[in-house]
Amino acid sequence: MTDTSVIEAPRSQWRDIWDQFRTHKGAMLGLIVVGMLLTFVIIGPLFWRAEPILVDPDAAKMILGRNKPPTWDHPFGTDQVARDIMARLMLGGKVSLAVGFVAMAVAIFVGTLIGVLAGYFRRLDGPLMRLTDLFLSLPLLPLLLVLVFLYGQAMRNAFGINLGTFFIIVIGIGLTSWMQVARIVRGQVLALKEQEFVLAARSIGTGSTNIILRHVLPNVVSPVMIAATLGIANAIITESVLSFLGQGFQPDFPTWGSMLNYAYNNQTYPIQMIWPGVAISLTVLSVNYIGDGLRDALDPRIRGR
Amino acid sequence: MFDDGPRPLVQVQDLRMYFPIFSGIFRRHTGDVKAVDGISFDIVEGETLGLVGESGCGKSTVGRALLRLYNITSGRVIIDGEDVASLGPEALRKKRPTMQMVFQDPQASLNPRMTLARIIGEPLNEHTDWSTARKLDRIYELMDAVGLNRRFANRYPHEFSGGQRQRIGIARALALNPKFIVCDEPIAALDVSIQAQVVNLLEDLQEKLGLTYLFISHDLSMVRHIADRVAVMYLGRIAELSPRDPLYAKPLHPYAEALLSAVNEPDPVRAANRRRIILTGDVPSPANPPKGCNFCTRCPKVFDRCRTEKPELREVETGRFVACHLFDDKPQAAGSTGASEANERNQQGVTQ
Repeated sequence: MTDTSVIEAPRSQWRDIWDQFRTHKGAMLGLIVVGMLLTFVIIGPLFWRAEPILVDPDAAKMILGRNKPPTWDHPFGTDQVARDIMARLMLGGKVSLAVGFVAMAVAIFVGTLIGVLAGYFRRLDGPLMRLTDLFLSLPLLPLLLVLVFLYGQAMRNAFGINLGTFFIIVIGIGLTSWMQVARIVRGQVLALKEQEFVLAARSIGTGSTNIILRHVLPNVVSPVMIAATLGIANAIITESVLSFLGQGFQPDFPTWGSMLNYAYNNQTYPIQMIWPGVAISLTVLSVNYIGDGLRDALDPRIRGR
Repeated sequence: MFDDGPRPLVQVQDLRMYFPIFSGIFRRHTGDVKAVDGISFDIVEGETLGLVGESGCGKSTVGRALLRLYNITSGRVIIDGEDVASLGPEALRKKRPTMQMVFQDPQASLNPRMTLARIIGEPLNEHTDWSTARKLDRIYELMDAVGLNRRFANRYPHEFSGGQRQRIGIARALALNPKFIVCDEPIAALDVSIQAQVVNLLEDLQEKLGLTYLFISHDLSMVRHIADRVAVMYLGRIAELSPRDPLYAKPLHPYAEALLSAVNEPDPVRAANRRRIILTGDVPSPANPPKGCNFCTRCPKVFDRCRTEKPELREVETGRFVACHLFDDKPQAAGSTGASEANERNQQGVTQ
């Protein structure tokens, strides 16, 4: 080879990952949909100023305006106390999406941390895995209810009613759904740490922290990504269950889960069920696709095909 | 330093590596797999010591124990004046650049999620605080040294052939200017034509950089090509340690003899006359080695003493060390070249 083509400087791997991600149609579509949902719930309320929580004090007007089908005034219709559903979807979406993503992040962080520690350090394996078994054997919903019941008030006092509820729910869901991730990650780490490239890193003198960050974690991304995308849907639903049982947000404070729950129990107006249902499904579906695309993009063996 | 010949870079003294066996309900320590059971050898600076033996005899364990990838059970491993076996974690980390390793499976020894530049650059990241540009220069320099095109820097291991991957592994091992490299069957996973390229590359680099190799292999012809001295291992112990040419011309230890009789002979005329020694039986379990000589269960020249007493590795001819009772009563006279004598003793052994 005598050509003097320019030798590229090593590219940032994030660029490679983005380039590959862009080629995944489903993932790009998912990204756009999630972007639209986020715009809807964050920017939307700035333009759509209907009241989402408070009921119209004028009783006659309220009763006449109940359970209306979509009109120009109320594009998604009104609910059982004549509140605008679109405004409620916007406010509820903010909470539901935040709960979903943050609770998932907490679960993934705790699960990966425990899985890596248990898989990599032999001495921690027994205690940490028994802890995982312990958590798996607990009835989670009662545990969550007790957790929120015991610490919810303290959090509400510290951060205000809605923010306090948000924190306690997110922490509660996160701390009760990390076990599957921990098990998957531990299994992967056990296999990975016997690989020769980890031995090679040790012979170079790489410390345990760097081996984990550089060699182990990037190779457990795939299963973690799948667990994460499924976890978001779970978190959104769990939040609605908590709210339904009276330990989550206030009953009049909308979330997608609680709106769905309410409509499901009053099936006379199925249209009220469809809106939050579609929103949750869209979120879960597009996050799944994004996860799929990310997994492919992060794997150099698939990249460039 | 006394000026008495070349300096040994690596001195291994009575190295033992036992892997504990835990069994029963309570996972009690019930025994040990004696993967390496008391071996000693020196490697002189700039030489290549071949380490051969059949699968499971502990060759790779020796290589890894030398670099302290295992915490050894007992013994001393002195590399460049320091006992690696007893260094603390930080001192060991500082010592790592002196000693590096080339691994057997070039696919498994490279992280599939790192580019070539990052793989070769990892030792630099760990042990230097150079600027990115300087590291990149060094990476390109290393790629040139092992014959990889500089434009490959952004590629991932799966995009390379086996031989190229092994070159990446070698470049990574060279990154910190080591003195001593353990080559753990570096050619076993490669095609024959590629094997020659990689071995020649290793030889060139040795010449250029003055490297010292421990070349672990079960490919006897390749060891003959590259090694200066050869150690033959059997079941965790060294059976014979001899300079290459005398060993291949006339192996002394019965196991070495049997092993070397298995080397293929390219000349059909000579191949027809080749006398293969076919050993019977299996290798005993390293968890429960024989009481006497490890080879006594399969040795064609076994006699009573072999079953009760472990033979020590001793010098029977100049530079030739053998662990076998057949050579025990040999006078330790300096400079005796008893080739025929040794042969006679072999004959005696057979009649037992």
